[in-house]
Amino acid sequence: MNTATIDARHLLCPLPVIRTQDAVADCRPGDHLQVVCTDPGVVHDIPAWCRVHGHEVYAIERSDNEIMIGIQVGEAD
Amino acid sequence: MTEQRKAVALISGGLDSFLAARTVMDQGVHVEGINFYTGFCVEGHTHAIREKDRARPKRNNALWVAEQLGIRLHIVDIIEEYMDVVINPQHGYGTHLNPCLDCKVFMVNKAREWIVEHDFDFIITGEVVGQRPMSQRKHTMTMVARDSGAGDRLVRPLCAQNLPPTLPEQKGWLERDRMYGFSGRSRRPQMALAAKYGFEDYAQPAGGCCFLTDRQYSIKLEDLWKTRGRREYDLDDIMLLKVGRHLRPRADLKLIVGREEGENRFLEGYRRRFVHMLPASHVGPLVLLDGNTDTNAIELAARLTARFSKGRDAGQVTVEINDRDGNSRMLAVRPMPADEIPADWYL
Repeated sequence: MNTATIDARHLLCPLPVIRTQDAVADCRPGDHLQVVCTDPGVVHDIPAWCRVHGHEVYAIERSDNEIMIGIQVGEAD
Repeated sequence: MTEQRKAVALISGGLDSFLAARTVMDQGVHVEGINFYTGFCVEGHTHAIREKDRARPKRNNALWVAEQLGIRLHIVDIIEEYMDVVINPQHGYGTHLNPCLDCKVFMVNKAREWIVEHDFDFIITGEVVGQRPMSQRKHTMTMVARDSGAGDRLVRPLCAQNLPPTLPEQKGWLERDRMYGFSGRSRRPQMALAAKYGFEDYAQPAGGCCFLTDRQYSIKLEDLWKTRGRREYDLDDIMLLKVGRHLRPRADLKLIVGREEGENRFLEGYRRRFVHMLPASHVGPLVLLDGNTDTNAIELAARLTARFSKGRDAGQVTVEINDRDGNSRMLAVRPMPADEIPADWYL
């Protein structure tokens, strides 16, 4: 299992979702992805995107003005 | 065994694209959604920025629609490629800087490229004949199919019965009589169909889903092009046009004034790119200066900054001025009275 981090700070939705989508495309099932964001909209949009694509959000952590969303990549098509 | 047919639906997040996708799914076709991000989408940004919008439920409507349908949604960044559509629309603009017809051709073409790449069979849109003055007339819908290269692989399920049979109909992948013959601007047939599906709480954007249909936004974009002497933009340009009051007191100077805390926070992200100022002696906005920042411009901008602060009626306001390198200094100014600000300074 690999873990990667994406810096999506100062991007407004849907760009953090698009960056997540692009990164997931390079991952294998079971890999972890940590997306660091500042737009509060990501706490709705990234989990919604994960739900429709079959990935699991295992953590949403807030600190100061940043939000980290942890994703476990699901099975490929 | 019958081959599983696959279609991609352009999902805007509104009712029509939901219904169009659902109509095709009901015929046993595997459907996935695609949503294009141009940078001008109303969706998301302003809600994220403005404090007053934070109480609103936040959701990406395209993702929400995909969840209701139970389908995957692919969000595609087309910011760079879309610039040519905005700057050089072959079919011209609508009422403002909205290149609706070129936009539709462009997006359907991108969807065509996507189905080729992913081995899908056809494309679905939620268009309805006669619903929109520019892009959804019968002859322009024919033109969109032709110019996008999608041809008869473009299916509009909500008005399919008003259009020539498409390839999926000819091949028996879709039954024409299980699609619809909607036309015109009335929303009643769509609302009745939504009720049939039990689909509620869908987005109904009053001003459309694209900033280019907005008069004030278009004025600011025209101003940007005019003062730069060339028609071009980057993502930061078009984001900043969505935020704050924009004043042009001189041909070579524009001010972007945060209107509330959320906008001030957003503008802070641009502190290294612009000379900026904020009142030090009173509560007030963060102001970005775009253009010439000579001594006269700084004083003028400081007086305007003071004007939009809580010290607007004070005899003097101290304004902190910051350059792009992070150096700051203070300047005491008399706030500019409201009647000295000509209306045409406001973009």
